[in-house]
Amino acid sequence: MRFSENWLRELIALPVDHDRLLEQFNLLGLEVDACEPAAPEFSGVLVAEIIELEKHPDADRLRVCKVDAGQGELLQIVCGASNAVAGMKAPLALVGAVLPGDIKINKGKLRGVESFGMLCSEAELGLAEKSAGLLALPGNAPVGTDIREYLDLNDHIIEIDLTPNRGDCLSMIGLARECAAANGLVLSPPTIKPVRASIKDTLPVKLEATQACPRYCGRVIRNIDPAAKTPWWMVEKLRRGGIRAIHPVVDITNFVMLELGQPMHGFDLRKLKGGIHVRMAEQGESLTLLDGVEIKLNAESLVIADQQQALALAGVMGGADSGVENDTCDIFFESAYFAPAVIMGRARQFGLHTDSSHRFERGVDPDLQRRAIERATGLLLEIAGGEAGPVIDIKEAAAIPVKPVVWLRAGEIKRLLGCNFAAKEVESILKSTGCTIKGGKGSWQVQPPSYRFDLNIEADMIEELARLRGYDRIPRRLPAFIPRHPQASEFRQSVERITSILLDNGYQEVVTYSFIDPALQRLIDPDAQPLQLRNPISADLSVMRSSLIGSLLNTLVYNINRQQKQLKLFETGSRYCPDGQDVIEERLLAGLCYGPRLAEGWQADAAAVDFYDIKGDVERLLAVGEGIGDIRYVSETHAALHPGQSARIYRGQQPIGWLGAIHPSIVKQLDLGTAAFVFELELCRLLSATPPVFSPISRFPSIRRDFSFEVDETVRWEEVQDCIQKVAPETLTEVRLFDVYSGKGVTPGRKSFAIGLILQEISRTLTDVEIESATSEILVALTENLGVTLRE
Amino acid sequence: MAELIETLQKQALSDANNATDLNALDEVRVKYLGKKGLITAQLKQLGQLDPDTRKQAGQQINLLKQALQDLLEARKVELQRAATNEQLASETIDISLPGRATPVGGLHPITRTLRRIESIFIQLGFEVAEGPEIENEYYNFEALNIPEYHPARAMHDTFYFENGKLLRTHTSPVQIRVMEKSQPPFRIIVPGRVYRCDSDMTHTPMFHQVEGLLVDENISMADLMGTLDVFLKAFFERDDLKTRYRPSYFPFTEPSAEVDVQCVKCLGKGCRICKQTGWLEILGSGMVHPEVFKYAGVDSNQYSGYAFGMGVERLAMLRYGVNDIRLYFENDLRFLKQFR
Repeated sequence: MRFSENWLRELIALPVDHDRLLEQFNLLGLEVDACEPAAPEFSGVLVAEIIELEKHPDADRLRVCKVDAGQGELLQIVCGASNAVAGMKAPLALVGAVLPGDIKINKGKLRGVESFGMLCSEAELGLAEKSAGLLALPGNAPVGTDIREYLDLNDHIIEIDLTPNRGDCLSMIGLARECAAANGLVLSPPTIKPVRASIKDTLPVKLEATQACPRYCGRVIRNIDPAAKTPWWMVEKLRRGGIRAIHPVVDITNFVMLELGQPMHGFDLRKLKGGIHVRMAEQGESLTLLDGVEIKLNAESLVIADQQQALALAGVMGGADSGVENDTCDIFFESAYFAPAVIMGRARQFGLHTDSSHRFERGVDPDLQRRAIERATGLLLEIAGGEAGPVIDIKEAAAIPVKPVVWLRAGEIKRLLGCNFAAKEVESILKSTGCTIKGGKGSWQVQPPSYRFDLNIEADMIEELARLRGYDRIPRRLPAFIPRHPQASEFRQSVERITSILLDNGYQEVVTYSFIDPALQRLIDPDAQPLQLRNPISADLSVMRSSLIGSLLNTLVYNINRQQKQLKLFETGSRYCPDGQDVIEERLLAGLCYGPRLAEGWQADAAAVDFYDIKGDVERLLAVGEGIGDIRYVSETHAALHPGQSARIYRGQQPIGWLGAIHPSIVKQLDLGTAAFVFELELCRLLSATPPVFSPISRFPSIRRDFSFEVDETVRWEEVQDCIQKVAPETLTEVRLFDVYSGKGVTPGRKSFAIGLILQEISRTLTDVEIESATSEILVALTENLGVTLRE
Repeated sequence: MAELIETLQKQALSDANNATDLNALDEVRVKYLGKKGLITAQLKQLGQLDPDTRKQAGQQINLLKQALQDLLEARKVELQRAATNEQLASETIDISLPGRATPVGGLHPITRTLRRIESIFIQLGFEVAEGPEIENEYYNFEALNIPEYHPARAMHDTFYFENGKLLRTHTSPVQIRVMEKSQPPFRIIVPGRVYRCDSDMTHTPMFHQVEGLLVDENISMADLMGTLDVFLKAFFERDDLKTRYRPSYFPFTEPSAEVDVQCVKCLGKGCRICKQTGWLEILGSGMVHPEVFKYAGVDSNQYSGYAFGMGVERLAMLRYGVNDIRLYFENDLRFLKQFR
């Protein structure tokens, strides 16, 4: 809601200055969004009259005027405006005046003729973006008066961002009511004198959808002057309200909407065939709106129609074919009540949002229609003359909303606000909001006024009390807190602990969108059927990801394009997998590394990260939980990963994630340059833990025996490990792999493993015989099962 | 004899002084004091001397031996120190060269902020609850007292899926999910991702909220304001931080309050950040609406409660001076590295 502060002050004598007024609005819950001067700074501009006007001797387009600005003598002004005529009143900037934009007016010569000032247009005074010709002032404008004073420009335009519950404040009267309540004043509503009918003309009005439109007022007005101009005071009030003046009938309906909150419509009477029908539209019926757009109506659209066709989308916008035009002499005013539920969402359905729909969907006072039509009639007759017919006022009383009586208890006030209100305060506050009150002694029956669509239950009344006393006058305290059973479970690992491992290993956390480019999604997880957004913000953010790998690759590419060469990234976020009608959201922890192992430096190991770097990082992640023991890395294929450098990770029988090099074809497609490595783990699988259980430490030395042996290239380390574990005595505490080698000195097709077997007994030192027997048993098993040959 | 010893002394002490390293010094020791050493030889010859000369020569030789031993010891210490110094000198490196550069990791500023918010509320007795991001109309709107077509729904530009589900527009649906599962008291905060169909200078289609809900007997606006005051002071680490509560409207609370803090940049004097108002709008809050309690199956005659919701991006922007919300999701390392 945008409005002129001076207009508000005309309606109620406010005892507060501008700054305090804005603060009061904010504290009333009517948030001030913006405030600007009604006109930019300028000075030295007066109301002037052009007395004489003659052609400039040397310029076709210029005229030389003799202008009376009340200065005692006529001033000679050279003027180029085409609308300048003798007898016209217009603003004159005197020599010494300063116009918006800090333009100083000096005595000047235009093509040899002296000019002692400048006649001004609206644009030159900053009142319009552009304008054609001089600002024509009314004939009764007093010559010599400062234009700022005459046009009431020392004013502010205040813009309030109203919450949708406060439709009652979408009018000057509504705002004045709030200001009155806040300052302990009584608002005397402007008296609207009914205009007596001077002709008998009416139109039949039929309400065919009474739930949607239970009240409709109309009025025929004939013989208005089509040449009439909207007066300046109204043009300016509209302008400050954000509405451009276009035609006296339209301007008056807009003015009444701003003043009283009743959206109205003016039809050209010539164009109405038969009477008015307020009805639901036929499915597929079409209507061309005032803005020239043709819409296809549906059975949920409420329309104003005549006998033949829909004329207006009720409460939203009038039709192009029935509006007033420059030669309109006879009109039909409409002032109706449309139920919010019928307007809500309808305008949006057609991509429309109008001042009218904005008000109707928030609720217009169902008791206002007749007053509004009287006000509009009065204004129209004053401005454009004409003869008014009687007011048509059709009602379906049963469908007009009636405010419920609300029970308000002192105990509930105390319970919800945490403080007491004296009965006197309760009553005076509620009365100031227009409620009527019965009862007392700790409980009241409150009848809210018809314009307050937001007051329906006890809590609403309690908010009014807090609001009008001021939220700053409600006490503040900390709620009592009885601690529950404290928890510090060691069966759970915190996400913080897990992510700290990554942070300490140099990983930077990222947070990426949950939606992703469908092409990238297909590349990473071609088998998934990702959830598709019906209304994505853009095509590249249109499906819900089924993996975080794509998001990490996106981030990688973004940073590579910004000259980053070394990245270690991780994210915790969800994947979204449709499961029938449901969606499974699973939290994942995913990481990516790329580029050299160490940052470029004077002594850096320039080697790039490889599979074993990221595997080491994953092993560290898995080491803090239930232990690394039952984790297995199994060769399985993943569309996004290199088939020879990737593994699915299992804990027991449960797959918990993936690890590996990004598939070379994706590396190429995304232009990564070199290999990137990723892991993706189900976060919940990392969060289980077991409390540590102590086992005794041997006081006796451990013994280590090193062996180096050859096996076939195809034998995996895991098989060697498993083979050793099968035959290993309890005294084998650790198998350490310290070299893997193939090449010179090793049989072609074979590779060499060098291992250290570490043996230890808890209660004594192992004998050479025991050590010999244990190690030889292991070596025999390796030889028999895996074809191992010992190297010299 | 005496002359001989004197010559020997001069020679021995000179040799000891001239030794340049520990090996040479040891050679000097062997030369004079070893089994076949020159001084040892002199001592061996003492027996051949007459008693008077022997006594005198014996004393003289012993003094010489003592003097040489002392000198050797002193020289040894000296040479050892020199050797150490030489080693240290040869091993001296340019300590101004940078160390081996392993990258330093860091949390995303949003996570960092979320963790601070959570830690403050946990100290106030709240527990962390979570809920799904893909929601249905019921939890996201209806049970929160936002009927279809209500203008309040226009405040939430919602992402929909073909199957009618939607991306939650706020963390508030978790209020309902938590309340319908058990009975009060409830004392939870709900951090999480939320989504709105909006993308411009000041909006991203995904952002984060922290919802709070406290339901118990006799919970009032006073408790709400007290809790939020304490939170905001702790978050901005300013005990004198002023707060302002303004009436507002949310369909799921009544009374409702918008909460402002004194501008943390200009301390209320007015600046660009607070658009010259001295205040920053920071969160929405209110007393849980009786309709919401009805949907969630909580008896509003016995219990009352408050709820609040805050935008994490905004809090992080104000705390760290970030000037563009879009930076959070571009994940430019040059930005992220500022939050280690």
